[in-house]
Amino acid sequence: MAEDLVKTIADLHEEEALRIVEERLRAGEDAFKILEDSRNAMEIVGKRFENREYFIPDLVYSGEILQEIAEIVKPKLTGANEFERLDKVIIGTVAGDIHDIGKNIVTFMLDINGFEVYDLGVDVPAQKFIEKAEETQARIIGLSGLLTLAFESMKETIEVIRGTGLRDKVKIMIGGGQINDEVRKYTGADAFGTDAMSAVLLVKDWAGEK
Amino acid sequence: MIEEKTPEELLQERTKRVEDAVQLKVPDRVPVAPNFGFFYAKYAGITPEEAHYDYDKWAMAVKKTVLDFQPDMFVSPRMILLAPGPVLDMVDFKQIKWPGHGVSSNHSFQFVEEEYMKAEEYDAFIEDPSDYIIRTYLPRIYGVAEPFKMLPPLSSMMVGYAAVHLTAALARPEVTNAIETLSKAGAESLRWRSIMDSIHEELGGMGFPSCAQAIAEAPYDVIGDFLRGTRGVMLDMYRRPDKLIEATERVLPMQLQAAVFIAKRSGNPRVFIPLHKGADGFMSLEQFKTFYWPTLHKLITGLIDEGLTPWLFIEADYTSRLETIRDIPKGKAIYHFELTDIFKAKEVLGDVACIRGGVPSSLLCTGVPQEVKDCCKKLIDVVGRGGGFIMDAGSVIDEAKPENIRVMVDFTKEYGVYG
Ligand code: B12
Repeated sequence: MAEDLVKTIADLHEEEALRIVEERLRAGEDAFKILEDSRNAMEIVGKRFENREYFIPDLVYSGEILQEIAEIVKPKLTGANEFERLDKVIIGTVAGDIHDIGKNIVTFMLDINGFEVYDLGVDVPAQKFIEKAEETQARIIGLSGLLTLAFESMKETIEVIRGTGLRDKVKIMIGGGQINDEVRKYTGADAFGTDAMSAVLLVKDWAGEK
Repeated sequence: MIEEKTPEELLQERTKRVEDAVQLKVPDRVPVAPNFGFFYAKYAGITPEEAHYDYDKWAMAVKKTVLDFQPDMFVSPRMILLAPGPVLDMVDFKQIKWPGHGVSSNHSFQFVEEEYMKAEEYDAFIEDPSDYIIRTYLPRIYGVAEPFKMLPPLSSMMVGYAAVHLTAALARPEVTNAIETLSKAGAESLRWRSIMDSIHEELGGMGFPSCAQAIAEAPYDVIGDFLRGTRGVMLDMYRRPDKLIEATERVLPMQLQAAVFIAKRSGNPRVFIPLHKGADGFMSLEQFKTFYWPTLHKLITGLIDEGLTPWLFIEADYTSRLETIRDIPKGKAIYHFELTDIFKAKEVLGDVACIRGGVPSSLLCTGVPQEVKDCCKKLIDVVGRGGGFIMDAGSVIDEAKPENIRVMVDFTKEYGVYG
């Protein structure tokens, strides 16, 4: 049964997955167990995305299915059943840029990979990143930007972070459709990525370093 | 004695250079046409806000940039700034944020992602797109058109004299007010348009053809960009694939008709088709062949049948789709690449379409002239071999160092000569 749900979600069979969830709840199964299965399914989705069997629409669709399951299951959850969270990551679209589709996918992928993500939204001034880093003690910051105007904004954001003395304590990655290593050098970031999987790999790498 | 060419001669020479490249012949040299966007404003020292609100300043900026760089074609300012600020203000536009209205005066306008058409509304759209647009869509994207929700179905006017009394709907004060405001916005749009048209006339008179005046979109993008949004259209591929395909088929003849009309009226045969949501990563190859390519293919061949030249601006990465998009008539279209491996594109498509692009935005923004030169040299040597190539940036040029654009243009003119 568990196998079924994991596979059904991973294969993106929405109706079937929801039916299994309802059935299992009716049979009195622990809601948390269902969530765990869903997370396992998302891991498979992530792997398939990494292997280029799945693409962004598949991620978006799996995210929808997960959300629907969470909504059904949540009222039935008892007590403080929380998944253990790995490292903290702050992410946001830099000042001047209001695009969030790419950033939201990165947030989603980091989330299903077990990281604690603080998503600050779009058009985020440097100060906000700093405040959040101080508040949460997160040591990884991701800056997103879709347009070339974000180059300057990313550079400025990183300079402001440097000015506070926080720069040596955090790893900064940048990403977006126009980003490459030249831009990384220009902005002074530690690394760059052009898809959601590279964000996950970078974070895993940095999280493992400590 | 140095012979000075007249503007008419220059116009002909540049037009022929581009047309030779399109027809996969060897032109006198590689044409170069930087894909200017808000660079026009930045270079000329005006803010994007001024570009939106002060039409004369924007016109001045475009002309100054074109005259200073002397490209073989210039990007029509109407392909960049599609909506003048005062008109956006008047109609209380919701679908973009523009300088001073949600983005700073120094930034270009940006799109607001939303499901402007709901998933359940496919049938209404497919049945009667015009009615849907006026009574459901416009009220969502123009604040001022909100009262159009109250109008009766437009098709109710079909019963001739029996429906004349339906004009009563227009007498509602909210509707009357909306129409008055829209008609003021119309007058303002006309003023803007005439200034934009005069740029084309003036620059044409000085010997510069434009890249294109007409624009069309792949039907899937019309749905994905303007109606359902990125997430919406992606989910529709799973949840309502048939409706999505039907809607793209409904949109196709409308896109075709509008583009043919404008291109023929303008006298410029090229039709700009920016591709948005069919790239690698945005869907699987199979989804591309199911949802995206069939109607795009018909759009391309339909334009070619009308004697027009589709200029496909193939945004993001299409490396895995090159074989698929080979299937068009030879020597009739421009394939302009952004992140696609352009050398591979030349290999796969060189005998079918004119290749355009190749200079990355990162290089133009952060590189130095020597690096730009090296990049252009390689492009001319490899992609330019045997003709069929137009030198250009891969992305729309907003931020870029002027000296990098300078070297891209001048070096191409010097080194890109075919022996
Ligand atoms: C779809 C699209 C549109 C759509 C919708 C855009 C939207 N809602 O935001 C529409 C049609 C409305 C549109 C309009 C315009 N667009 Co547009 N558009 C695109 C296109 C094709 C894809 C963008 C997109 O949606 N990507 C989907 C997401 C999932 O990808 P992503 O954001 O890159 O995110 C991924 C990765 O980058 C990475 N990532 C993202 N953040 C981070 C962060 C970290 C830390 C890491 C590691 C990774 C990472 O992971 C994400 C998931 O895989 C791009 C081309 C491109 N190469 O990006 C042009 C592009 C962004 N547009 C461009 C332009 C010029 C415009 C217009 C001005 C055109 C016009 N004159 O009207 C307008 C307005 C500007 C705007 N976008 O708001 C230019 C910008 C050029 C520049 N100088 O910056 C581009 C680059 C096209 C080009 N080749 O020139 N656009």
